[in-house]
Amino acid sequence: MEELLVVDHLRKSFPGVVAVADVSFSLGAGEILALIGENGAGKSTLSQVLGGALRPDSGRIVLEGKEVSFGSPQEAIQAGIRMMFQELSMVGSLSIAENIFANRQPTGLLNFIRWRQLYRETAEFLQRFHSSLDPRGLIKRLVKGEQQILEFLKAISTTPKVLILDEPTSSLSETETAYLMDNIRTLRAQGMSFIYITHKLSEVFKISTRVIVMRDGHYVGSREISQCTERDLVAMMVGRDISTTTTRPPVSAGEECLRVEDFSRRGVFSGVGFAARKGEILGLSGLVGSGRTELARAVFGMDPRDGGKVFVDGRPVTVSNPPEAIRAGIAYLTEDRKELGLYLDKSIRDNLIAPTLRRFSGLLGFMLNKPINSFASQKVQEFSIVTPTALKKVGKLSGGNQQKCLVATWVGTDPKVIFLDEPTRGVDVASREEIYVKIEELAARGVAVVLISSDLPELIRLCDRILVMHHGKIVGAVERADFSEELILSYATGLQSGLTEEHRSHG
Amino acid sequence: MGDTLEVRGSALRERIRAIFAFRETILILVLVVGGAIMTAASPVFLTWPNLEAILLGLSVEGPIVVGMSILLVSGGLDLSVGSTLAFTGVVCGLALVGGVPTVVAIPLSLVAALGVGLANGLLIAKMKMNPFIITLGMLITIRGLLLVIARGRAVLNLPDSFTVVGQGRFLGIQYPIFVVVILAVVGDLLLRNTRFFRQNYYIGGKEQAARLSGIKVDFIKIFNYCLIAVISGISGLMITARFGSSSLTVGSGIELRVLTAAIIGGASFNGGEGTVLGALLGALFMGILANSLNLLGVDVYWQNLVTGLMLILAVVFDTINESRKDKRR
Repeated sequence: MEELLVVDHLRKSFPGVVAVADVSFSLGAGEILALIGENGAGKSTLSQVLGGALRPDSGRIVLEGKEVSFGSPQEAIQAGIRMMFQELSMVGSLSIAENIFANRQPTGLLNFIRWRQLYRETAEFLQRFHSSLDPRGLIKRLVKGEQQILEFLKAISTTPKVLILDEPTSSLSETETAYLMDNIRTLRAQGMSFIYITHKLSEVFKISTRVIVMRDGHYVGSREISQCTERDLVAMMVGRDISTTTTRPPVSAGEECLRVEDFSRRGVFSGVGFAARKGEILGLSGLVGSGRTELARAVFGMDPRDGGKVFVDGRPVTVSNPPEAIRAGIAYLTEDRKELGLYLDKSIRDNLIAPTLRRFSGLLGFMLNKPINSFASQKVQEFSIVTPTALKKVGKLSGGNQQKCLVATWVGTDPKVIFLDEPTRGVDVASREEIYVKIEELAARGVAVVLISSDLPELIRLCDRILVMHHGKIVGAVERADFSEELILSYATGLQSGLTEEHRSHG
Repeated sequence: MGDTLEVRGSALRERIRAIFAFRETILILVLVVGGAIMTAASPVFLTWPNLEAILLGLSVEGPIVVGMSILLVSGGLDLSVGSTLAFTGVVCGLALVGGVPTVVAIPLSLVAALGVGLANGLLIAKMKMNPFIITLGMLITIRGLLLVIARGRAVLNLPDSFTVVGQGRFLGIQYPIFVVVILAVVGDLLLRNTRFFRQNYYIGGKEQAARLSGIKVDFIKIFNYCLIAVISGISGLMITARFGSSSLTVGSGIELRVLTAAIIGGASFNGGEGTVLGALLGALFMGILANSLNLLGVDVYWQNLVTGLMLILAVVFDTINESRKDKRR
């Protein structure tokens, strides 16, 4: 097969992380190449580099024999490489036609848009791809799946040579997914090439001709689809020597502390229930988009839910907003430290007391400075946050120290249950170890810890039990004795479902 | 047979619903009904002198409303329009009194206005500053600047060659009315139908998406601020010519009236929505409302109260309407 795109020793790093390290591969004309790897393997960074959204540190991109370099996605599109964006490129208040033909509407005299022609061409275009959408319909009136289909249609409307799809089916129904697949096959027959990034191994076998696997920013290998099994791919994705990961000595967990029953939110998760005991570290695994974060946020009262009950220490509690959840003894440490977790331009002290202001206010709501200061310096010491003073702005701290500050803030609310969502994301090795120790101490004090993480070795090391989510449902519950990355990943990718009836009904 | 009829009927209903989804339709309806009531209530309302007075009142705000609609659609905002308006009048007045011929003084003062717009645009587009704060600062700065250059005194006794711009008539109708009508028609057509102005909807709707579509976002933003500044300057020249003197306080508070009109007319502070026609109908609505209250002998102090309530009602109506549509889908 003729080589259309050659990626040669591509490298892209961010401060502190090498996201893509020395990746080389090639793509033939009319080929559908699947790109797989665990969360954080560097797939999205790679696709953003190819699509012109990020500049590589080094390496070459060769398109049709010519070396190319893109300063913007627009330049990449002009060269013929296009990324399909997730909900990023549509303007809600404009029509479907104006979105597909954004800034290239047919015009006549004096730059005036030929509306009839625009709508007619859009209708023809939509018909060619068997879509029944109305060219005049407004984007904001479409449901999410339709919008994502339109993102696809918009992307192919410029007939790119290479189309990069990053999790294109994440918000599609079965029918919509089938529709997308059909169109990809048709376009492929016409010579368009695809890089198809996905977490769903079943899709890899359904659509692609070849698959490449990435791990920790590195290219691991490539396989012809006809010559490999899902098991092979999982093994390539995991790759590590599992025996080296240490696990925590077993602890005797106490009585039930948190109990979540029948949590549902339409389109996000449904019928989810689980329980966590005092002193237990319960892992919550699953791929991005499986609903783990949304579930935790709903239990914390931050996201809405359609139904479900929460019990703390056996008593039902209402958690319709975060203050209620905090009062009920639930804490939630967000995965998005910078946007949602910390007030970056406030001091460490002000951050530490933010969720518990009430505790530090006296008569008429005046703040009590002495207890605040001693609380802050105590936490700084306890969590070994490296800083000259508790008055330093959190934004000036390193990533690891910021994260320690965030952990300290939420541990400081003296919770009975704490949800830790990616507590070590973007954190250096040393701080990571310190955070692990703090998590173990929390459990030893009798707090029920729910640990959400994409990092499987982390879960295996810390947890007593791991629940695995897929498509908004808990599909697996793995006990310590059975921990293995392969098993967890096979649940997470939907390869198998391992719930006994007992788990289904209760946890 | 019955089926096709039914389909046709529902298509017609869809069509009617689509027409009524436009803010313009509702505003025109309100204006027609309100006008009919006023015609019955007051013999003066539907006379040419009264209508001319309404239109003349609109001729100061009207052009600026055109510029502001475009700016709001692109997600921008300009509070400095009133200061720019007065500034242009003062610059022109000082030049005329200093002996500069009218044909030079007019373009000269418009270049001064363009300077204000360029400063706004560069600070907002290139330095990514907040338009509210920058143009608020410019509002105060330019008002201060014109007080300095005019030494606190209005410029009087402007030559006839200049005042004719604001006082002359064509076909018995004053020039400023022509200017506002022409700007309205041209502005609406351009923003609605040309690819260049249409880019504002993409920028205001989702700036990142606009950039991905290859739209030169910064350039368009700077252009918009320059455009509204020059339009404000034109308004300033016309009112200066009409009065025969450059007032230092003219245009104070006009930015809020213009914004009110645009929002009543369907624009949004979030960008991506609104039309020139809608905004002008909003301005017309406010003008007729004030005129009507006046004719009905309602105390002048009630005008602000009623206008404010209308603005709040329009936004509440929008929000309810949006969430109802969202539920339907």
